Amino acid sequence: MPIEREWEPLIVAFCCNWCSYAGADLAGTSRLNYPANVKIIRVPCSCRVNPLFILRAFQRGADGVIMAGCHPGDCHYTSGNYYARRRMTLLFSMLDYMGIESGRTRVEWISAAEGGKFAAVMNEFAGAIHELGENRRLGDIRCKNYQK
Amino acid sequence: MLKLSVSRIPELLAAIGGARALFLPARSGGQVNFTRWDTGVEYCGEALNTVKSAKDFFFPQSENLLTFQTQGKSISITPGGVPEEPFVIFGARPCDVRAMDILDMVFLSDPQDSFYKARRESGVVVAMACNAPEETCFCGSFGIDAADPPGDVAAWIVGDTLYWDAKTEKGEALTGELSALFSQADGGDLAALKTHKEEIASILERLPLSDLRPQSVGGSLLELFSSEKWGELSQACLGCGACTFVCPTCQCYDIQDFNTGHGVQRFRCWDSCMYSDFTMMAHGNPRTSRLERFRQRFMHKLVYFPENNGGQYSCVGCGRCVSKCPVSLNITKVIKAFGVKENVR
Amino acid sequence: MQKLSEMMRARAAELLAQGAVGRVLGWRSGGLGYDPSPAFFHSAEQLPELVYNGFCAANLSKYLIKAGENDGRTLVFLKPCDTYGLNQLLSEHRIDRDKTYLLGVGCGGMLDMEKARGKGIKGVGSLEEAGGAVVFQTLYGEKSCPRSDLLLEKCIACKGGEHMAYDELLGAEETAANTGFDRFAGVNELEDMPAGERFDFWRGQLSKCIRCNACRNVCPACSCNQCVFDNARSGVSAKANADSFEENLFHIIRAYHVAGRCTDCGECSRVCPQGIPLHLLNRKLIKDINAFYGPYQAGADPDSLPPLTDYTKEDVEPGVVTTRGGATGC
Repeated sequence: MPIEREWEPLIVAFCCNWCSYAGADLAGTSRLNYPANVKIIRVPCSCRVNPLFILRAFQRGADGVIMAGCHPGDCHYTSGNYYARRRMTLLFSMLDYMGIESGRTRVEWISAAEGGKFAAVMNEFAGAIHELGENRRLGDIRCKNYQK
Repeated sequence: MLKLSVSRIPELLAAIGGARALFLPARSGGQVNFTRWDTGVEYCGEALNTVKSAKDFFFPQSENLLTFQTQGKSISITPGGVPEEPFVIFGARPCDVRAMDILDMVFLSDPQDSFYKARRESGVVVAMACNAPEETCFCGSFGIDAADPPGDVAAWIVGDTLYWDAKTEKGEALTGELSALFSQADGGDLAALKTHKEEIASILERLPLSDLRPQSVGGSLLELFSSEKWGELSQACLGCGACTFVCPTCQCYDIQDFNTGHGVQRFRCWDSCMYSDFTMMAHGNPRTSRLERFRQRFMHKLVYFPENNGGQYSCVGCGRCVSKCPVSLNITKVIKAFGVKENVR
Repeated sequence: MQKLSEMMRARAAELLAQGAVGRVLGWRSGGLGYDPSPAFFHSAEQLPELVYNGFCAANLSKYLIKAGENDGRTLVFLKPCDTYGLNQLLSEHRIDRDKTYLLGVGCGGMLDMEKARGKGIKGVGSLEEAGGAVVFQTLYGEKSCPRSDLLLEKCIACKGGEHMAYDELLGAEETAANTGFDRFAGVNELEDMPAGERFDFWRGQLSKCIRCNACRNVCPACSCNQCVFDNARSGVSAKANADSFEENLFHIIRAYHVAGRCTDCGECSRVCPQGIPLHLLNRKLIKDINAFYGPYQAGADPDSLPPLTDYTKEDVEPGVVTTRGGATGC
């Protein structure tokens, strides 16, 4: 039964285990607020993120997807984030070319010590997605469980 | 026999389309395909045929059968709605209309497919005879007359006149609603129509594929099945499935479940015998090679289906496989390879 | 081109007779003149059916994957654009070079029967390529058309007549020179549109997709034994596009999977039954790669590293997509 409710953005954050996930943890322990509708998915390295994950997130209801990884040069696995950087650049460029709003995707480099940056980035991103509105262009209508 | 000036076709379409869903061949995105009528959509009669056939309206490419939803420990099941919206298809070619009869043999035989049946009952088919058959056409080889279409209504465009002949009850009912637009065809009109049909017949006779005879595919089932010619014929096949999806008589489908996150949608969708997961069972696809799948397609169309359906071939000679195959393989090359040389017709 | 066909048959017969090759991979003529099919020829008796004309657009290199399972070498005729696909397959170890004998043939550009039909040429009984024109004998009279009006899109954007890999060359002097057509013009046009218009354009095109997989199966860069779209466990397998998301998904993912490996052979656009301009998607990725990571042509050098398996420390940030300017907004 579709549930009636007001739209709230759903954001999926792919966070690499060694840097950005730890950064998220630090934000938590430092009692820094960031929106509850940011859902974190931990991956061993930003390089693990397959473009299919990003698209599936949008399919399953995400309005914004952000990938957070170690700063280039500091990857726990030496070079994973370099590959991820190329991969995501091309993917985001392609999505933009297909007319998907470029503000819905982002990559940020957040280290384990940057709890403050994590919270700030997530707050800002959630705000930007709120502005952009619900994802209609890259969503799957079958997965929607509510009506406006 | 009724008639109407060609310049009034937009009026006719508006009259039909105003009261119900209407689909007709129209240019869109650089192709000619069946498009839902709306003001501004123009009938494209110059194109020989649409890229996708009319089977989509009775047997859509993707159709919801059931939806499951769980709530705690209980499951609710909602059947996919059986479609009952009345609609008209305008401008289907004789080959496509005959293909619907072939699909009827599959879907309306016991046990009946309720989704297909509902669509078939709500649809009225206005067929349009072909004025300019092309080299890819071989409907004549399957007993179809491009100059005399089957369907609920048969129509012809001769010069500036559209001729309209209701053939079934559904066709008469539709015609009744539109009677204000038509006028009666007189003796002169009928003569002109007769001449026109003869012209089409003479074109059909001169087509390169006019002497193609599927009956010439000789030999017993086992002989054909084990023939070495399949190796050569299937070599170039990419296994893509383009032929099966543009074919008006291909009827295989798969039933799959889609997890929506809050339930499951069970749907059926077109399948292709060319695919590696066609008829996939617990151990895998029984036809592991390209050759076996290629052979299956043509044995089905030329041997198995006729044997099970009183000699009716599962092909209507529309020629889509001839023009759309990426590597130019098609049923005519198979028939010619197996055909016993005869000097008939 | 007639003369070149004869030379090809003769050379193939020689190599077969010498035992240098076990089979010949070329094109077999079809009954309509414009419908040759790729085919293997195993003996000299079969060679008279070998044809090479303006409708031999099909790239033969992908068939070498299967052909390599047989003993002996396979002789294959490759047009210049086909050799890029071959090099790509070589670099991915899908083909054993030692089992191939590459005969590079010249090419004056291949023709599009759809374009001919668009000009009202139908009911074709036979055709002849004479000089710079094609003469069709049709049921509705004789029709003639300049070759240049019938060229396939991929041939208008020809990368040039140089074969990137060959053991021998035949008729290379017949190759038409690159006309200097800007193959990124279509991409630039789309990039200049506002995002909303781009979205509408792609929706209009991709909603035609019938998931026939012709583009995937003809692509030399797509040779996975089990495609992600045929694998029920991948979560994205779907035989039909149930909605707009799936229509987009297939093409985004396929273009992405071949990113950096796509040689721009143009086969995908040629074979699409619905005429979807897939080259506009793949060329976008090529353009981006050229701009961000340096000019790269897949298949030019089988030993080069594809851009997505390489990196530099100074690569652009993904944020360049939003900051590079150009039309944005909806």
